[in-house]
Amino acid sequence: MNTKENPTSSQQIELSPEETPVSVYDLTVAYHRKPVIWDVSFEIPPGKLVGIVGPNGAGKSTLIKAIMGLIPKASGRVQIFGKPYQKNRHRVGYVPQRESVDWDFPVDALDVVTMGLYKEIGWCLPVRKKHRARAMEALERVGIADYAHRQISQLSGGQQQRTFLARALVQNADLYLMDEPFAAVDAATEKAIVQILQEMKQAGKTALVIHHDLQTVPEYFDYVILLNMRVIDHGLTEDVFTPENLQKTYGGRLTLLEEATETMRRREQSL
Amino acid sequence: MSGLEQWNWYLDGWIIVAGILCAISSALLGNFLVLRKMSMLGDAITHAILPGLAAAFMISDSRSSLPMFLGAVIAGILTALFTEWIRGFGKVDEGAAMGVVFTSLFALGLVMIVQAADHVDLDPGCVLYGAIELTPLDTILIAGWEIPRVVVVLSIVLLINLSFVIFFLKELKLSSFDPALATTTGFNATIIHYALMTLVAITAVASFETVGNILVVAMFIVPPAAAYMLTDRLGTMIVISAILGTVAAVTGHISAITIPHWFGYGSTSTAGMMAVAAGLLFLVAALFAPRHGIVVVFIRRLILTWKILAEDIIALMYRIEERNPQLKPDATYLREILFSHSVPTSLTLRYLTKHGQLSDANGNYELTETGRDHARQLVRSHRLWEHYLVEHAGMSAENIHKQAEKLEHFTDRQLREKLNEDTLATDQDPHGRPIPPEEKTN
Repeated sequence: MNTKENPTSSQQIELSPEETPVSVYDLTVAYHRKPVIWDVSFEIPPGKLVGIVGPNGAGKSTLIKAIMGLIPKASGRVQIFGKPYQKNRHRVGYVPQRESVDWDFPVDALDVVTMGLYKEIGWCLPVRKKHRARAMEALERVGIADYAHRQISQLSGGQQQRTFLARALVQNADLYLMDEPFAAVDAATEKAIVQILQEMKQAGKTALVIHHDLQTVPEYFDYVILLNMRVIDHGLTEDVFTPENLQKTYGGRLTLLEEATETMRRREQSL
Repeated sequence: MSGLEQWNWYLDGWIIVAGILCAISSALLGNFLVLRKMSMLGDAITHAILPGLAAAFMISDSRSSLPMFLGAVIAGILTALFTEWIRGFGKVDEGAAMGVVFTSLFALGLVMIVQAADHVDLDPGCVLYGAIELTPLDTILIAGWEIPRVVVVLSIVLLINLSFVIFFLKELKLSSFDPALATTTGFNATIIHYALMTLVAITAVASFETVGNILVVAMFIVPPAAAYMLTDRLGTMIVISAILGTVAAVTGHISAITIPHWFGYGSTSTAGMMAVAAGLLFLVAALFAPRHGIVVVFIRRLILTWKILAEDIIALMYRIEERNPQLKPDATYLREILFSHSVPTSLTLRYLTKHGQLSDANGNYELTETGRDHARQLVRSHRLWEHYLVEHAGMSAENIHKQAEKLEHFTDRQLREKLNEDTLATDQDPHGRPIPPEEKTN
């Protein structure tokens, strides 16, 4: 909890910036002047499966989008392996929230996975056989190769999630950002995703995963960020995933900070 | 009177060529407008180029093509920009933002034209319908050939649009489907968006004086929207939209010169009829599209209803046999239990007889061996479900029949086996009736 005074002092082992997959300093993001996340600071050690946990509206998706530079920061700094996101984006893979996907778009599962290779293929060049073969391998790895040529709305919720996971896999990144990969999936898919996360970890990769099911947090993740507008706590799961911290994160939504924000907004409106 | 006796391969040929070029150029880009859910933006840009034309005329004080062209394209791009701004600042949705921008710009354009009316020959009629009929009159000489100027211009536009879609297909696909991934992987979605909008504006301006507003807007949206319903592959959708645009252009012109003659009028506006033809093609697609077509869905639902009725009948026959093997029910008896109407029931009975599931002895029906096999599986599904619903879904025995009645029609052997694993302990359903075996026992 002393991260706010001194962002780096809570790290037990000092890592060089190049080894740190994500470091966030004093990040504030606001929509229409209302802060969504406030003064967020943390660093993630490499090779960890990191769960981002917090109530609805806590700013979890906002945090991920801000890390990727998809929404403007009001203040603060984000570094990916010691460099700004733009310099290291080839090392980042992304699994979007399922609500943000247009499932009626005329593409099949294989098309979606191939999109993960576009960056590697480059501007204007066509997708080749070898790229499709690699996409197919990724679909096999997540266990839905049989559905490669189904239009994506014809897939079950679990198959849809696996498709996007396969797309992240072909990106062959070192850091994965996943927005609720476990939402609306069947038990078999959940198991498959956990399995793949474990394989990623063994390969030394880092995953930042927004997660809703508190029950499974200690089982799935070895590092946790508790978020509710600001970082309540972050660290190894066994250290920070405590009842007191959860109470702080989920209980008493109307924190002083939020109250102040609300007053500020109302006053601005009445002007 | 057909109107076709005045057909002239030179005149009508060039008109159709101009129509086709315009249709394909617009449809190519239109696919991405439709997929990005910004169909209105094609409409908006097409209307908003009017003030661009007027302003260019006032500033350059000439009607030479280049300044007019540039003015119109700039106005088109500004429309896209303003729309984004208003959406961002005004907290309104894209449709409302476009509505604000293009009506204002269009009105401004009209005011400017009226103001300059003394020296401009842009009249509102020409704006709406264009003058495609005049296409063959204004020609330029290329390599010894007299080719209409419009055809040359539209060919260039088509070539540009085609290369854009071919070379940037990957980028367009990605940025339309997942702008976040596009941007984070270095394909800047904003740049692709404005490149697309610029080409939309260029296409609109180039087509504007020939075919007018209505046809450009129609060709941007209608063929791709129809193609969207006919396929679920992007490449196929683009090809189909180009074909539909071509068909609309050809049939549109032929209808324009023939149909009014049937009623004793002179030829009507070709551009207007091309748009109407596109609309009709869309209607056909909406009705008969393989997956979501209204007719297809209706027929599919009808078939399902009949299939369920047929299954209900043989399952009922099985239950009757179970209680009273002597009873050979007739159609009325069955209908009273099933509450079904007489025509579908007798048709279904005839179908079942013809397909060897029932035998018909002077109006009294009996299950055949095949029919009994099928019926036993249905009753088995039904009773397995009843058991499952009571045991695992916590429902009371009174409410389960209806649920099971629905579920039995969608339960295959595999599912029955899974259900059976859950009900190993019993061979009776919650009402105390036996659950028949999967295979026949003697």
